[in-house]
This record gives sequence, structure tokens and C-alpha cells, in this order.
Amino acid sequence: MKVVLENLTKIFPSRNKKSKEDVIAVNDFTIEIPDGKLIGLLGPSGCGKSTALNLLCGLQKPTRGKIFFGEDEVTNLPAENRGVGMVFQNYALYPHLTVLQNIIFPLQNLKGEEKMTKEAMCEKALEVAKLVQIDELMERKPSELSGGQQQRVAIARALVKMPKILLMDEPLSNLDARLRLQTREEIRRIQRETKITTIFVTHDQEEAMSISDMIIVMKDGVIHQTGKPQEVYDDPKNLFVAKFLGTPPINVFQGCVKAERLYIGDAAVLDVKGVEDRQVYIGIRPEGFVLDENGPLVCKLDEVEVMGRDITVVSKHDLCENVEIRSIISSENMAEVGTEMVRFTLKPKKVHIFDKVTEERIRF
Amino acid sequence: MDKKDAKAWLYLLPAILFLGVFMVYPLIDVLIYSFEEGYNSASQTSFGVGSYNYSYVLHDPYFLQAIKNTFILVIFTVPISTGLALLISVGLSSIQKLRDLFQTIYFLPYVTNTLAVGLVFMILFKQTPYSDGLVNLVIQFFGGEAVDFIGGPYWAKMFVLCFYTVWVVLPFKILILTSALASVNEQYYNAAKVDGTSRFRIFTRITIPMISPTLFYLIITGFIGAFKAYSDAVALFGTDLNAAQMNTIVGYIYDMLYGNSGGYPSYASAAAIILFTIVLTITCINLLVSKKHVHYA
Repeated sequence: MKVVLENLTKIFPSRNKKSKEDVIAVNDFTIEIPDGKLIGLLGPSGCGKSTALNLLCGLQKPTRGKIFFGEDEVTNLPAENRGVGMVFQNYALYPHLTVLQNIIFPLQNLKGEEKMTKEAMCEKALEVAKLVQIDELMERKPSELSGGQQQRVAIARALVKMPKILLMDEPLSNLDARLRLQTREEIRRIQRETKITTIFVTHDQEEAMSISDMIIVMKDGVIHQTGKPQEVYDDPKNLFVAKFLGTPPINVFQGCVKAERLYIGDAAVLDVKGVEDRQVYIGIRPEGFVLDENGPLVCKLDEVEVMGRDITVVSKHDLCENVEIRSIISSENMAEVGTEMVRFTLKPKKVHIFDKVTEERIRF
Repeated sequence: MDKKDAKAWLYLLPAILFLGVFMVYPLIDVLIYSFEEGYNSASQTSFGVGSYNYSYVLHDPYFLQAIKNTFILVIFTVPISTGLALLISVGLSSIQKLRDLFQTIYFLPYVTNTLAVGLVFMILFKQTPYSDGLVNLVIQFFGGEAVDFIGGPYWAKMFVLCFYTVWVVLPFKILILTSALASVNEQYYNAAKVDGTSRFRIFTRITIPMISPTLFYLIITGFIGAFKAYSDAVALFGTDLNAAQMNTIVGYIYDMLYGNSGGYPSYASAAAIILFTIVLTITCINLLVSKKHVHYA
């Protein structure tokens, strides 16, 4: 089911009596989320992601704006009538119930025509348990499960009544690194199999990029950019989005445009057609550097990290905002790395320039 | 015994000593008294050893009355007070405005003196030649017939005693339950709401199990407290409880020791041991039942 948000806004009144400033957790969201996709809601901590999720599931009421599930408006529908499934950050499994009882809990709530017999419920529970591969653990209590297993139970509980929309709040944050990789593939697989529109919140851009069909990048309650992960990565709208996506992060330099040429300090690094003269930020992706003995960009070499397939050249430049410049270069070119200085030319497609004041992207 | 053990025992010694002298020894002594027939505390002599004390006590109509009263008190007041406290605490935790004020009001009886409150209850319920009492005025207003709750029929007196007991034990239970409710993690409620759970089901399937250890604690201490009731009855009906048919087991023990007909430590001991056995049995049953229904996190 598609989800449409119209001017959705949530304002928390200020609790501090001295400063009367209200907190705008979600600011004027207008977006259409396509049916049956896996969507990553991405942003730094405290940017309002969880609030947005709470508005969607109905635990909080929006200050303004509308929410539609498909064609139906659900803005004023309480959480219990929205038919969404939610996986909470700490899973919120009922500690006094077994895995089976936890999973059938939402089914026991069904009333009227939807009411199910005990057998039907158990059958259904077993079906989703198999989907998330916990069918061996049905009689255990949550405290007897590992973090990853609890996570699966939480997903099973959210899926069991076949919700129109599945919401996940930081689903991987409580897992260790290895389990995180595994579980995110699992989420991808489960979403593909069930085809339920799934929105998950994360602050980890890698997590969002790797499994989402679409990402929504937000900051301070405002949506900055939406799109397919690769598109957003390749074509960031502003400096924040460019900085937020990608590991290692994009390298940001202070620079300027003079006579349709891009300068870092005195070095003219790139031709930029049709851009007026002005001060800019220059963002260069790590893979945008090419080793070149005669390259215009001269950096002080720090060290070379060998990763096998490729190498990371760590260097410094006075005009770079990052502490160090990380450039990823194919290991075939390793011999070309000098000893003290390293020179680069740049790949135009991997270089983005941003206005110094508005931080908006300037296209060239 | 190695050094470490010796040290541990040394640390435990003060507690063991005090418990031994002031708890275990008296208990054993009471047990011994209860089997010494005709014990006289002045001359410290007895006629012999046997179970006559028990036989006497168990055939004493006053004691049987006391047992009956105590059991009625326990059976009515423990469930009613716990249930009422639960309802009030749930109400308290779901209101936002004036919560502190209400909490204070509900807690006030706890800091008031039992006997003073008893006096107030007497004024409310007692029928005198000059006044029918406030409660009777209300009953008459609704077309009922006045009843003397303090000096009248047995059921009326029992009603006042139960009412009073519930009222006295309520504040403590509310205090404990409110804090137990506050400690239940909000996210369980959120999860249940999103899953479409009705409020009633959230209460029975989530709230109750989550606070079950606290509820169980209150039920156990409630049972024990009600079995040991005495001062409440005195506050309402004065010290001659046998005459008022309102005696409790502890009251009977007190009367046997010091009351008008007092001076029978052997009978008192036997009654005390019977009370001890009853409380122990009930507590054990409670513990067994709770194993199935109490969820410790």
C-alpha cells in the first residue's frame, strides 16, 4: 500500500519556560512512498526520524498535515485501528509471554469477522516464524533468546497480521556488526517475500544505502532529498546530503570559481562551464581522485592503507575541511604513489560544488 | 572451617545474636508454654505437660468467635483493598492534572493515627440517644432504616470493621502500586497499541503480569496483616471485644494475657501458636499459587 504524506508537521511545545522556542521535530513533510518498496528513512540522531515513524503508526498526533494509506486518510485514526506493524528499537517483546504467545498477541486482538480460532492463530504464527526462521524457538521466553533472535521475533510479531505497512525503528542498532550485516539482508529478503511496504529508520547511511529501494534523507525535521540510493549518492542536492552519504565520507575543500575554472587555492583543478565566479565548497568523493604525476591538486602524503583490491591514500591539504583526505585508488597504481607529496587529477563526475552560503549544489 | 568462613560468620554474628535472642528464643519459649498446663508466670510453675491448653482454646467460644471474625476480615478486606488500590492507582497514573494532589490525599490516612481515625469512624457510624450518626442520616435520606453500626447487629459491626480496615490499609497499597505502574516500560504499551489491543486487554495481559510481583507482595503482606488485626477492632469497639463479639485472634491472645479474664499465659501461647500455624499455612499456599502467576523479570 502506498503512503502519502501531505505537509505533515509535528511541533513539540517547549518545556523550558525561559526559551519559548518550540521544537519542530517534523517539518512540512510532503512525500509519496510507493507501494511494496523498502524505504530507508535516514538522518543523523535527533533529526526527527523516530517522530516521523510515530506519526505514521499513530502513537503521536501530527500538529498539521495529513497521512494517507492508499486512498484512505488515517491522520486521526488511533494506532490500534491503522493496521500497521511496528518493530521497536528495543523490540518491546512482552517478557512474560513465550515467543508463540508474543507472535499471536496481535491476532488475539482481532474482533468480529476477522476473529480467528486458536488453531488458525498458531498456524499463522508458525508460518511467519518460519519466514523469519525462529520456528524452533516458539516455547522460549524472550529473555532466553539472543539479540538477533529477539529481533526476529519482533519482526514476526509485526508481520503476523499482515499489516498494510511495516515500520521499523532502528532495527539493527542493537545488534553486533556481523549480525547487523546478516540481519539487514534478512530484512531485505522478508520484505521481498511479503511485498509489504516497509519503512525503516536508521542513522547509518551504509545500512540504508545497502538494502533500500528508496531513501529519504532528513535533517532537523526537514526532508533534504529522496530517491534511489545510488541516485542520491551520485547526485546530492546539497552539502549535507553529500557529506552524510558515503564511507569514507566525501572530502570537502574550500575553493572558488574564477572564469569558469574551479580553484583550490591557486591550483585550477577542473573546468566548470557556465558557473559564475563565486566562493564554493568542493566535495570530492574518495573514488574521484586519480593519481597523476602532473596533476593540479597537490596534497601532503600521510600514509597508504592497503586493502587488497584497492588502496586508500591518506593525505592532507590546508584547504580541506576534513581532518584527512581519503582517496580510494585501484591497487594497480600503487607504484605511482610518491613519498612526500601526492598529486591528483579529478574525475568531473565525482566532484560536486556547493554554494558557500546556501550550501546548495551548483551544477556544471 | 577456613579463615574466609570464619570471617563471614563473624559478620553475621550480630544479626544472628539479635534474631536468636529476640525472635527464635521467644518463639520456642511460646511453643513450650503452650504445652505446659496451668503455667503460672508469677511462681514460674506448671502442673504438667500436655495438649490441654490447645483443647481448651479450641473449645472456647470466644476463641471460635475470634477465628470466625478474623477469617471474615481476611477474606473480605484483602481482595477488596488490593483491588480497590489497583483501580485507584491505575486511575492516578492515567491522569495528568492534579496527580500530585490526589496522591497526597490518598496517602493521608497512612500518616494519621489509627485510634484517631477509629474515633472519627465511631462518630460517623455510632447511634446514640441524641444522634443517629452521619451514615444513618444518609441511609434515612434514601429511605432506609437506621442501624446501630457500633453497638447493633453482628453484620453491621463486621461491616464497619471491614470498611475501616480497607480504608486504613489502602494508602500504603496505592503508594506501592503507583510506583510499580510507573516502572512499567512505556514501549510495551506502545507495542500493544500498535498491535490493536483494547485497553482492557492491555490491562489484563500486560499491566497485571508486569506488576504481578508487587501485587503478590501486597497480597501476602495483606493476608498476614489482616490475620494479625487487633488495634482496628479496639479503635472501633473498645477493649472489651469479647462482649462486643468483635474479638480477633490477636485480641484473644491479649485478653488471655492481660485482659479482665487475663493471667493465662498458657492459653495465650496456645492461641498464638495456632495463629502462627494458620498464617504459615496460608502464606505457603500463596507462594505455591503465585509460582504459576507471578512473572519475575
